[in-house]
Amino acid sequence: MSDVLIKKRILKDHLAKLIILAISIIVVVPLVLILGYLIINGLASINLDFITNIPKPVGETGGGILNAILGSGIIILTALILFVPLGIGGGIYVSEFSDTLLSRILRLSIDVLQGTPSIVIGIFTWVICVVPMGRFSALSGSLALGVMVLPIVLKSTEETLKLIPMELREAATALGVPYYRVVLKVVVPAGLKGIASGVLLGTTRISGETAPLLFTAFGNPYMSFNILKPMSSLPLVIYVYATSPYDEWHKLAWGASLILILLVFGINMAARIFFSRRDGR
Amino acid sequence: MNNEVIIDKIFKGSLRAVGLVLLGIPLLLLGVMFFYSLPSIKAFGFRFIVGQTWDPVKGMYGGLPFLVGTLLTSLIALVISFPFSFSTALLLSEYLEGGILANMLKSAIELLAGIPSVIYGFWGLIVLVPLLRKLEMTMGIPPYGVSIFGASIILSIMIIPYASTMSREVMRLVPGDIKEAAYSLGGTHWEVIKRVVIPTSRSGIFAGILLALGRALGETMAVTMIIGNKNQLTFNVFEPGNTMASVIANEFTEASDTLYLSSLIELGLLLFVVTAIINFLGRKIIERYEIKGDDGALLNE
Repeated sequence: MSDVLIKKRILKDHLAKLIILAISIIVVVPLVLILGYLIINGLASINLDFITNIPKPVGETGGGILNAILGSGIIILTALILFVPLGIGGGIYVSEFSDTLLSRILRLSIDVLQGTPSIVIGIFTWVICVVPMGRFSALSGSLALGVMVLPIVLKSTEETLKLIPMELREAATALGVPYYRVVLKVVVPAGLKGIASGVLLGTTRISGETAPLLFTAFGNPYMSFNILKPMSSLPLVIYVYATSPYDEWHKLAWGASLILILLVFGINMAARIFFSRRDGR
Repeated sequence: MNNEVIIDKIFKGSLRAVGLVLLGIPLLLLGVMFFYSLPSIKAFGFRFIVGQTWDPVKGMYGGLPFLVGTLLTSLIALVISFPFSFSTALLLSEYLEGGILANMLKSAIELLAGIPSVIYGFWGLIVLVPLLRKLEMTMGIPPYGVSIFGASIILSIMIIPYASTMSREVMRLVPGDIKEAAYSLGGTHWEVIKRVVIPTSRSGIFAGILLALGRALGETMAVTMIIGNKNQLTFNVFEPGNTMASVIANEFTEASDTLYLSSLIELGLLLFVVTAIINFLGRKIIERYEIKGDDGALLNE
């Protein structure tokens, strides 16, 4: 083989590496741009008034998003209270009885649910909750978000419980512990950290969701703590303010966006810390 | 002791009950969506899919503009994002073993996946749309700014993480011994990637693309904010349009009569069925990888 040919191949090798590296680094550009805009514009509009007031009417300056922050908290918390137990229960079932017909079908249908577009879940909860109640409500928003968090919690529970060593449950069973106690007092506690981090990751996924809230929680310019009535939430106010033609409202949208992203990344990081601790044990 | 046996039975029974309830959710979803779509299905039948006019005033509901809008945005987004997701996957699985650059890139991709859709939409509206408007002016076409193309660009950024992560996992599963075999024959790193790594992980990369496609089809907020929300059938990507998800987000609360609402819900039903099939296919392909693992069976394509 001639020297020239070998040199050509080596050159090609270097070139390929360079191109792959260059294209990969471009991926960071939109991230830096988005976060940059968020931080610069967001910091400019966040102050004490912003997080302690409710919105003012169009035309007046100032106003805040306290109702949206609290609304998001209430809607998400209700969703978690209603659906996390179901998700954990389902996760225990598919990991404990993994070969039954029900488990196999359940896994498949949970996969389908996880891939379902959020807007479709919005329609679904509109039909089963808003229509019978006759009005939009925070509760219907919680149902929508709950249906979205369910597959994440179920899967992380299943994955975690699968990793619990067989010896642990054999030891408990050998001591004559009945089955339900083996599961509740040995298996689940051993996997608690994994389950908790799954719940946190699920929370970050739903806290930015807007589409399923459009025609369920609907939004509300006033402070409201009644989950049977429409309620504001951070993603909803971002959507409304962002698509409005007013500069003043765009400022509010930047501030709300920065707060939302800090919330999402903050919970995400907490979940990661949980994970790394579990791995380190 | 007898008591414990009874509690045990109750425990197992209630776990099974939870399983059944959860199984009921997707079935209920499909059921109620179908039930609410019935008026529209009865009124239009197959014409719903090929009809080009969506006019609530005349009571005409044809979904073709939205089917085309959804396909156009998703496919353009896939084409734009592919080089990026593919390169990052290659870089992270083949070239960089740990190190600062690898960790930074990995975190960047994870952060991209964590940004809420509505924030992508807002950023696109404020930053990307004016840029596109300038570009369109220099090209001498009507400067809408909000357009199918703009929505596709935002979508392409949003789906990079999904395709990239999946391809990376699959490329990692390529058995070391067949790569070493290729090296021992004198192959350069690039030749090993081109002749061994890519062919071996091809169907997994395809699965990653399918999952990203599933995401793109159903993505709502960012697209709704940037696509311009015009109910017209167009193949010109620099014009405003609408997707199935975006027209639902826009018009659902305005839908006053039964047929209007039913038509919107039928769009949702179509969207649900299509994404379910695509996700199902993607997952089936990936399952095959997990079962066979890295015992070399990957090669039998």
